[in-house]
Amino acid sequence: MATKPTPRVRVPAQAKAGEIIEIKTLISHEMESGQRKDSSGKVVPRKIINKFTASFDGKPVFEADWHPAISANPYQSFFYKASKSGEFTFSWKDDDGSEYTATNKLTVA
Amino acid sequence: MVLNPVETTRRETLALTAVAGLAAFLAPKMAMADEQMVAAELKKLYGDKKLESGKIKLDVPEIAENGLVVPVNVEIESPMTDADYVKAVHIFADGNPMPGVCSYKFTPACGKASASTRMRLAQTQNIVCIAEMSNGSLYTTKSNVKVTIGGCGG
Repeated sequence: MATKPTPRVRVPAQAKAGEIIEIKTLISHEMESGQRKDSSGKVVPRKIINKFTASFDGKPVFEADWHPAISANPYQSFFYKASKSGEFTFSWKDDDGSEYTATNKLTVA
Repeated sequence: MVLNPVETTRRETLALTAVAGLAAFLAPKMAMADEQMVAAELKKLYGDKKLESGKIKLDVPEIAENGLVVPVNVEIESPMTDADYVKAVHIFADGNPMPGVCSYKFTPACGKASASTRMRLAQTQNIVCIAEMSNGSLYTTKSNVKVTIGGCGG
């Protein structure tokens, strides 16, 4: 049933210099907590995204460590102070070692 | 009546069984985190440093109908300049199987020390938020959330 997690990010395409913009991210992921039991009573092993990072032109901006208490299809929003045009890179790290990324361009007028 | 050794042993066995049964009954409750566990996590992070109140605006619903998806928003008062910014924020839930919810690292590039996400809550409990400033000072706040349906599926 597990499909490949798809990240979705909303960044304003344009911003004025000095403007504080909100960035909203969402990724489809079950975030299996490791607490649930399946129908045969066996514990379903933990599989969550444990780290989310955002950087702008390679410079880190925001980082989140997630624990099993984060809901499925984790949502994360945060802010960024626009100064120049560039590109955001977002990355989500899974317990199984895989990494999902998304990039978004920002134009500063 | 004179007690013979066999009978005593049997009584002891019964008593022990009862105690074991009670322990098994209580065990799921004991597996939950509590305030001490949150305090222990804090100690691991910051030792015995003093926690001040204020500066944090922790926005959680008073009543969460569905514990699987509880919105949480945190905002910390700070100018967010290179000299004075919020370094890290940790959120804990003291009634979940594990106390940690999430930890954030901010940079001055954020412009505003604010973030929101959605969390799972197993039962009615307190949400504890700790903010670490760039000068090392710590701020904390706490908020209670009543959960109607727990989010631990089991």
